[in-house]
Amino acid sequence: MAKNLYNKVFEKHTVKKLSSGQYQLFMGLHMIHEVTSPQAFDMIKERGLNVRYPHRTFATVDHIIPTDNQVRPLRDTMAEEMFNALEKNTAANGIEFFNTSTGKQGIVHIIAPEQGLTQPGMTICCGDSHTSTHGAFGSLAFGIGTSQVRDVLATQTLAAAKLKVRRVEINGTLGAGVYAKDVALFIINRLGVKGGVGFAYEYAGEVFDNMSMDERMTVCNMAIEGGARIGYVNPDQTTYDYLSGKPYAPSADKMDEAIAYWESIKSDKDAEYDDVVVYNAADIEPFVTWGIAPDQSVAVNAELPKEEDFSVNDKPLIKEAYEYMAFTPGEKLIGKDVDVAFIGSCTNGRLSDFEEVIDLIKDSDLTVPSTVKALIVPGSQEVRQELIRKGYDKIFEDKGFEFREAGCSMCLAMNPDKLIGNQICASTSNRNFKGRQGSSTGRTLLMSPAMVAAAALTGKVVDARETFSIG
Amino acid sequence: MNSSSITKITGTGIAVRGNDIDTDRIIPARFLTKITFEGLGAEAFADDRKQLADKGETHPFDQEAHKNSNILLVNKNFGCGSSREHAPQAIKRHGIDCIIGESYSEIFFGNNVSIGVPCLKVSESDIALLQNKCESEPTCDFSVDLETLEIKAGELSVKAEFPEGARQQFIGGTWDVTAELLQNDTDITATANDLPYFNHWQ
Repeated sequence: MAKNLYNKVFEKHTVKKLSSGQYQLFMGLHMIHEVTSPQAFDMIKERGLNVRYPHRTFATVDHIIPTDNQVRPLRDTMAEEMFNALEKNTAANGIEFFNTSTGKQGIVHIIAPEQGLTQPGMTICCGDSHTSTHGAFGSLAFGIGTSQVRDVLATQTLAAAKLKVRRVEINGTLGAGVYAKDVALFIINRLGVKGGVGFAYEYAGEVFDNMSMDERMTVCNMAIEGGARIGYVNPDQTTYDYLSGKPYAPSADKMDEAIAYWESIKSDKDAEYDDVVVYNAADIEPFVTWGIAPDQSVAVNAELPKEEDFSVNDKPLIKEAYEYMAFTPGEKLIGKDVDVAFIGSCTNGRLSDFEEVIDLIKDSDLTVPSTVKALIVPGSQEVRQELIRKGYDKIFEDKGFEFREAGCSMCLAMNPDKLIGNQICASTSNRNFKGRQGSSTGRTLLMSPAMVAAAALTGKVVDARETFSIG
Repeated sequence: MNSSSITKITGTGIAVRGNDIDTDRIIPARFLTKITFEGLGAEAFADDRKQLADKGETHPFDQEAHKNSNILLVNKNFGCGSSREHAPQAIKRHGIDCIIGESYSEIFFGNNVSIGVPCLKVSESDIALLQNKCESEPTCDFSVDLETLEIKAGELSVKAEFPEGARQQFIGGTWDVTAELLQNDTDITATANDLPYFNHWQ
């Protein structure tokens, strides 16, 4: 019977059916970080258990690491304690830790692909919901809680229910100035933040076929914001070319064997899906969120929705969003003042994201006005080094951006990078939840790196296509 | 192991209304720079509570009448966002033993199973009845029966939905699955050895 990738990879990793009716699923790759792992290590210790396969777990430090200065001990003693715990736990259990001293540290969802750890046909988990990112390679990758981190450490398996699969197909070509981030925001806008609950999303069609791995990762990263725990793209030559030569990827002499496996787990041509939605790339414009949930978004030049456009049940949330954001239904976001601009995170903190911004700003006469704080936060030390090697750090600084060290930074503000009061932040991150960026009244507008760059240079929400004469 | 059978939860209800209440609202990330889950209960809904207090209103988690309430009543897509178990831990450590709502994010639901807090689903009209009930009569006795999937609150009786597998885990006391996973060690080894990438393609 013709099968989709989800079902093939799930079956390949099924250890046994459990008494609850769930499946015991083997985890091919387990990534850990400092926030959700210390409690799990304590739990296995309390139960007298060991790490079952230390060579299939890798660690990094990202959430709490300051981006202005990584010198130890960290000024925040609690953050330093978390950092210490990870160093101690990884050393005691023989787990490789991409510590700051290795030059390979960074956001977990950026470094695993960068090191070639993320590969097609794997099951991948991490105590972080944006683990869906790794699905870009044709793996089943999803976020887990700390009790499951415990289970994976102890058994390399976890209990999982089978999801339904929705194929999200986008055909045609994206317009100039429309990026992967806009595709992600568009899908969430159309299907809603609850639309993906119970589903894995298979992203397909010409738009995804033509995307780079970095772009595929941006879309898969935000599957969870649409409620889908897993998002994936079938692997292809783009995937194999990306992996070739990476430290943990198959060596050249093993590549044929690997590609044979990777090809075998792709969705069959006539595979069945529980649901299929089809969109046209021409309908996708640069998107900006205006509210407190990632589906509260509009095309950059559109008017904000009226409360009466929503069902009775959704009205309270829409009202709450307008109150919190201090925006008015029917107005436009264009021209709104921006206080902070943040380019980085596991959604848009990869080399190509910054290269794209450099291409746009390098010949612009504009510089960041004094009213705006603009942060460039590379997703990993390797991304940072490459930007420096190309001299891009200087360009960013000349234009008035702060060029930072690698980390999660202002995506979630578990580190010193935080909004103050009700500042508005144009952000390439993934969540516009209330208080997400570190101030309980802070406001987040999610958008693409190009749009954030334009907002940084003008101090306002603008259409990047006009600012940079794109297209 | 920590797992014990859970078949019936009794107590009083507490309503936190609203759709899409995310994990960052349940426990803001800035409270999470610590290596244990201790003390998270006090910080559950910290920002929402403060914002209401600033407006002269009181969040249910601060209301004297609901100080000992243990059955949380919520609306749609509760717990969306992060996979951090800190959110269910904060709610549990505040004293909540059971959640009743219209729907949940998947990761949040699963995290609650693994710490022994069942999240039951009821219809939109039934959650409204239950929320109204606990707000108008904070001392009204609630009971949640996992055998019959019946929820009672005073004269009200509504039917809940709960996935059969999870229901069996609570009734059988196997919601902490580590022990069962460990039992299948031979199968784990066999599955591992069948994966071409398992030893980094060496």
